[in-house]
Amino acid sequence: MTSLPAKTGKKLGLVIDLDICVGCHACAVNCKEWNTGGHSAPLTDSDPYGAQPSGVWFNRIHTFEVVSDEGDSRTVHFPKSCLHCEDAPCVTVCPTGASYKREEDGIVLVNGDTCIGCKLCSWACPYGAREYDEDAGVMKKCTLCVDRIYNETLPPDMRVPACVSTCPAGARSFGDLGDPDSDVSRLSADRGGYALMPEQGAKPVNRYLPPRPRKTVAEEALGGAGLTPVADDKAGLMARWLDKILSM
Amino acid sequence: MAGPFTTVREQVDTTPQSIDRTEYTTCYMCACRCGIRVHFKNDELRYIDGNPDHPVNRGVLCGKGSAGIMNVKSPARLTKPLKRVGPRGSGEFEEIEWDEALALAEDWLGTVRKTDPRRLAFFTGRDQSQSLTGWWAGRFGTPNFAAHGGFCSVNMAAAGLYSIGSSFWEFGEPDWERTKYFMLFGVAEDHDSNPIKMGIGHLKSREAAKFVSINPVKTGYSAVADEWVGIRPGTDGLFAGALIHELLKAEKVDWDYLARYTNAPWLVIQAPGHPDDGLFVRDRDGNPLLLDGKQKKIVSALEPDSSPILVGSVDIDGQRTVPAFHLLADRFLDDAYAPDTVAETCGIPADTIRRIAAELAHAAFEQTIELDIEWTDWAGRKQDKVIGRPVSMHAMRGISAHSNGFHTCRIIHVLQMILGSIDVPGGFRSKPPFPRPVPPGPKPAGHNVRADKPLEGMPLGFPTGPEDLLIEPDGTPKRIDKAYSWEHPLAAHGLMQMVIHNAWKGDPYPIDVLFLYMANMGWNSSMNVPGVLHYLTDTKEDGSYKIPKIIYSDAFYSETVPYADLVLPDTTYLERWDCISLLDRPICSAEGPGDSIRHPVLKPDRDVRPFQEVLIDLGARLGLPGFVKEDGSPAYPGGYPDYIVNHERAPGIGPLAGWRGELGVDQGRGGPNPNQLSRYIENGGFWEMPFTEAQSWLKHANRDYLTLAHRMGWIPSPDRIVMQIYSEPVQRFRLAAQGYGPALPPEEHRARVEKYFDPIPFWYPPFEGESSGDAYPLHALTQRPMHMYHSWGSQNAWLRQITNQNRLFVHPDAAAEIDAADQDWVWVVSPFGRVKTQIKIMHGVEAGTVWTWNAIGKRRGAWGLKDGAPETEKGFLLNHVITELLPPRDGGFRYANADPVTGQAAWYDLKVRLEKCTPAEAGATEPMFERFHRPDLADPATDGDGTLRYGASQHAEESGKAEATPRDWVGNREAHAHRGSGVRPGHGNRVSKDGQE
Repeated sequence: MTSLPAKTGKKLGLVIDLDICVGCHACAVNCKEWNTGGHSAPLTDSDPYGAQPSGVWFNRIHTFEVVSDEGDSRTVHFPKSCLHCEDAPCVTVCPTGASYKREEDGIVLVNGDTCIGCKLCSWACPYGAREYDEDAGVMKKCTLCVDRIYNETLPPDMRVPACVSTCPAGARSFGDLGDPDSDVSRLSADRGGYALMPEQGAKPVNRYLPPRPRKTVAEEALGGAGLTPVADDKAGLMARWLDKILSM
Repeated sequence: MAGPFTTVREQVDTTPQSIDRTEYTTCYMCACRCGIRVHFKNDELRYIDGNPDHPVNRGVLCGKGSAGIMNVKSPARLTKPLKRVGPRGSGEFEEIEWDEALALAEDWLGTVRKTDPRRLAFFTGRDQSQSLTGWWAGRFGTPNFAAHGGFCSVNMAAAGLYSIGSSFWEFGEPDWERTKYFMLFGVAEDHDSNPIKMGIGHLKSREAAKFVSINPVKTGYSAVADEWVGIRPGTDGLFAGALIHELLKAEKVDWDYLARYTNAPWLVIQAPGHPDDGLFVRDRDGNPLLLDGKQKKIVSALEPDSSPILVGSVDIDGQRTVPAFHLLADRFLDDAYAPDTVAETCGIPADTIRRIAAELAHAAFEQTIELDIEWTDWAGRKQDKVIGRPVSMHAMRGISAHSNGFHTCRIIHVLQMILGSIDVPGGFRSKPPFPRPVPPGPKPAGHNVRADKPLEGMPLGFPTGPEDLLIEPDGTPKRIDKAYSWEHPLAAHGLMQMVIHNAWKGDPYPIDVLFLYMANMGWNSSMNVPGVLHYLTDTKEDGSYKIPKIIYSDAFYSETVPYADLVLPDTTYLERWDCISLLDRPICSAEGPGDSIRHPVLKPDRDVRPFQEVLIDLGARLGLPGFVKEDGSPAYPGGYPDYIVNHERAPGIGPLAGWRGELGVDQGRGGPNPNQLSRYIENGGFWEMPFTEAQSWLKHANRDYLTLAHRMGWIPSPDRIVMQIYSEPVQRFRLAAQGYGPALPPEEHRARVEKYFDPIPFWYPPFEGESSGDAYPLHALTQRPMHMYHSWGSQNAWLRQITNQNRLFVHPDAAAEIDAADQDWVWVVSPFGRVKTQIKIMHGVEAGTVWTWNAIGKRRGAWGLKDGAPETEKGFLLNHVITELLPPRDGGFRYANADPVTGQAAWYDLKVRLEKCTPAEAGATEPMFERFHRPDLADPATDGDGTLRYGASQHAEESGKAEATPRDWVGNREAHAHRGSGVRPGHGNRVSKDGQE
């Protein structure tokens, strides 16, 4: 019920490298730490020291195993936050206009003042990326750190989403995915970055980089073979080395 | 007017004044020592992030560091000194004033010192002030001091320092920039934290660098490795030995490296039954000798320009001698180390072992790096390049926590040495102040304990022979933990895990005061928790406790607190001074030395004092030499910062190396500078001094480096440091066990010492696996999740939302054996006890291994957690089923469940079986310990309704500034950190105010 901008000036978003994400949760916690005092403050936690602690997190890491038919497994760490979709169903479903997409940069935000907490947007989001704050009675979500990225009051190295600047592995990148020449667009293109669940038709902006193929340089060079012994047995080797004179 | 179909324009303030003030200090959410920026809004903690210029983390920060606010605001914080009023373990205390607390401690400690200082056992946890705490113990006069290392990583430290003069993690790092083949052994699953993540991210983003993880569990780093080798626990030494076997057979050996930089050519006496057997033959000056193959004569091994041989024998004065390498080759060429022999034990196909050996050889010898760097070797010879063998390795807990860890780690170092990959481009690089002589000094003090007198030196050190052991004439251990005894001769970090048991048993003697700091020995830092709780509460016939007095200092209400008689509440890391010192474990990188500080960026809001401050105060009250001036007044009246600035361990050498001397311009050596701490604060909390290119490589044998290291006080002389494939100190212990030398082990220890003190590393099965038999077919391990590694995470409101219950991860085959499904409850049964848990089925684990997250399980009443917390109801500790003692031998004697060389706690030797629970048993963990009385602690963050709304009051006002243009930010942080642009807060000392070095 809320309209999307016909076109956005930029398509700001994240590129997340699943090849090097080790599942450490740094991005999730640093996001929470920044944003609990940021645009959508607070990121409320209920029962923080009790039996069922639960809180608002804009970014969560899902860890699971993928097992092939042959029995090979891969442990996957999959960070997930709002993908700032071009055709964001969470916006069009909003009855009050509280859920909206910014025309200038494509960031999807929730206006806490006009959100009535009806949760239609969280039902509409194919990615489960919305976070309802029971306490405040409003929906909250990743803001792409809209209060950091333009913020001249912060040092330049902080003008980036918290999850990106803190990531120890360097698995997260940020930029304009609408500009094919931007660093992030090129990174995504080089690495076969993909959109999550494109069949849902939401046209997410964020991209995931798939794991690289295994490095097999030596295997290829060696054809998978082992080393060739230079003698038949220990005695033979020791005999060869008897005459070996080295230099210091 | 807003209505359907209309996008309402929210007035988003994109340039709010979010931050009023920023301070630069050092993180302490784990042991990694990252630089942090602490941001404030309205004088409240607003945000903590990484310092972009800090050498350890370069701006990144992990999940723990990012949760620092919740640590500082934890409801588990102690608020006032406590004196026990109920029975031990009840948690019944009364609050007392500091004057009373310190007077009590002074009384208890003073009585001990005046009578028998050994009757104080002072042990600390993961604190980073061991140069102070160890010195305090020495000044007090007790040898009974050690820290966390004995149950964490002493196998790694000792094996490294007795082999290559540095070690994994603390004292070295892979050359992430250049390595082409990286092998990670047994990291569980994070050790250390940000540097490895940064390194792996960097390495994997480069072309043509392969990352192989050898680990029974495929999580964390192993999950992103190019190849995961799911090894059976405790067999890494056999696997690495098989790699050596393959490399030797194919002559894929860096011969010149071995000759130049290791003791491979040194001649070893081969005279079984002779007191010199296995020692190096030496000339009159004590120099080891080698056979010069060109001159055909015996020369000093320390002379340059000789032409050594590495194989063959030569008679010297009628004794047969062979080069050390000859013995090494003889060992690893044996079929016992052939891939086909080891494959089944390791659980790794022989072809995989052969292929990995070939890949190592390919990386080392076909992808060699040559850097055009002019440098001068130890003998003064100019060199115009550095040859790099770009194979790097890192190893940690999975190697360390086995009873064969010392030798396994030595095997890995031998593998590195024969590949020529230590301290070369692409290899494993030592971090200053290492390398040090192999082994480094000093030796442990404590031979001569006297009432009212200090020890002759520091309690911890490095023995080079039986004469350095701390034993009575009859062989009885002199230390309460039996470190440096015949039971654990090279226990360089002590055996903290045995202190409570031994003190309870009075073996080797009873103590009066147990003084612990920041170590959760009543829970997850002890083996056999039920037993330990018994030892802490057991009484003598007269009703008094067998361990008469317990003093404990911590910032939080842990499971150990209720067992103390006197509790000294510590501050959190943002409320204190600290120095991350070159005398302890600094922040150096392979590129140069560095150190750093913590300073109080918050004022405590409760009646607590930093532990180090209290220790210095107690030192003065007790009149310990060094802590008082000649007139008896305190030597450091200004407390810990006074000590940091003014203490000199040797003339001109103090806790901090930066801005020394009256003018504040000296580095490393110089008199105290009263403005030193101000200079650190101005410069982002740290100091570093990059090496020149010429000092950066092959530091063992690099004259420019050695000269600098000597000048800085890191090494006693600028002499060459020779790496030791063959360990003569180890052989000296074996000789004693064979009946030679001035100090002989008692008969009952001889066979064990003789077997395990092999000067050439070897693999043997871990002890518990040996003794537990077929009834316990599964290995059981623990890992710490990355968001809690080395931290106090379970009390943290944010981190506990990520993990608050641990399950046992089980391979589908092992689950099928007991007909268990995912989430079923099982008993984990060891020869020693059983514990109940839910299982989680996982494919990425070696089929004979089960594992769980460590230290998630908590005890009811601790850590400010409320009743019903999953940590207490479902979380469990594997510690409950690990025994601290090995099964009795003939005569009933029991050794510690530890490495026989170093005393390292053998956590990972554990063998178990699983038994499915009955439906009635499911639902909660067991054993369940009694809930102790929870004190009325403040909860400074949560609102009265039990909801945490942190940050609600921090809404930032408009700044009115124009918007900046967002810019792309790609991948690894370092590329985006603007370094060297002049001094401003957080930019260290790299560039001075006017832009000059």
